[in-house]
Amino acid sequence: MKVTIGAFLGGALFGVGLAIAGMTQPAKIVGFFDFFGSWDPSLAFVMVGAILVYTPVYRWAIRTWQHPVWAPAFSLPTRSDIDGRLVLGSAIFGVGWGLGGYCPGPAFTSVGARSQEALTFGLAMLIGVGIYQVFMRMREKRNGGAVDPQAAAMIDG
Amino acid sequence: MSTMESFTPIASTIGGLLIGTAAAGLLLFHGRIAGISGIAGGIFRREAGDISWRVMFLVGLFAAGAAWSLFYPQDYVVEISRSTPALIVAGLAVGIGTQLGSGCTSGHGVCGIGRLSKRSTVATVSFMITAALTVFVVNEVLGGSI
Repeated sequence: MKVTIGAFLGGALFGVGLAIAGMTQPAKIVGFFDFFGSWDPSLAFVMVGAILVYTPVYRWAIRTWQHPVWAPAFSLPTRSDIDGRLVLGSAIFGVGWGLGGYCPGPAFTSVGARSQEALTFGLAMLIGVGIYQVFMRMREKRNGGAVDPQAAAMIDG
Repeated sequence: MSTMESFTPIASTIGGLLIGTAAAGLLLFHGRIAGISGIAGGIFRREAGDISWRVMFLVGLFAAGAAWSLFYPQDYVVEISRSTPALIVAGLAVGIGTQLGSGCTSGHGVCGIGRLSKRSTVATVSFMITAALTVFVVNEVLGGSI
């Protein structure tokens, strides 16, 4: 029970942070990439602010903590090679991000805020996630096991 | 480049600090990376014992929007002009792209860069470039509306 409450509070704090940061307004995302119009650098401040907290906590935790409070071990990405899947997938994501002005976090929390645009975007996004994951599972079944577990599992986040 | 009338450096930094705190909390308490696309994608993989924390994180994200919008509805306004087909194409691209590239703005851009991961840095550069190209086409070629 405490485990799910912790995840709930983490998601809620993340959502409030996104709203305060202005990241739930697609115009601020598009504005960050609008170098030839009215450029809005806010997104860079959000990322720097988040990394400023995250990096020292991460480095301290992996050095000194035996395990997380509610889990037997840290589940952290292990791969370090650059592959085509990483670059191509991210490139496709970037097209959608620039087109819709939402990435996954802001889309989920804006659906909670009853935004029609976020709902349309979010349903299509979930269908996209589902198509990929179901396709990977079918491939795994056909091959009698994980063909490329690192391709199917979300290894970076 | 015209004036930056919508630039919010203080609010965006504070919001970023909160996002970083939430991501750090998920790491300390659950040992997990706070990548929203990864959290969502894992639900579809239906691995036993790995579902409830994911669902609850997303429910928290959803609840925050529901509650916050009661007091600050202006934080969720959509001031760009996008048709329903454009939003659907965008959503599908984000859904498939984040799974194929195994991460999004939070997983690669915040947690990955925060971990000094080379993979996440490359991914972030990749999606930043195509997002910028897409915005250029929509704003400069199509007149800001699609």
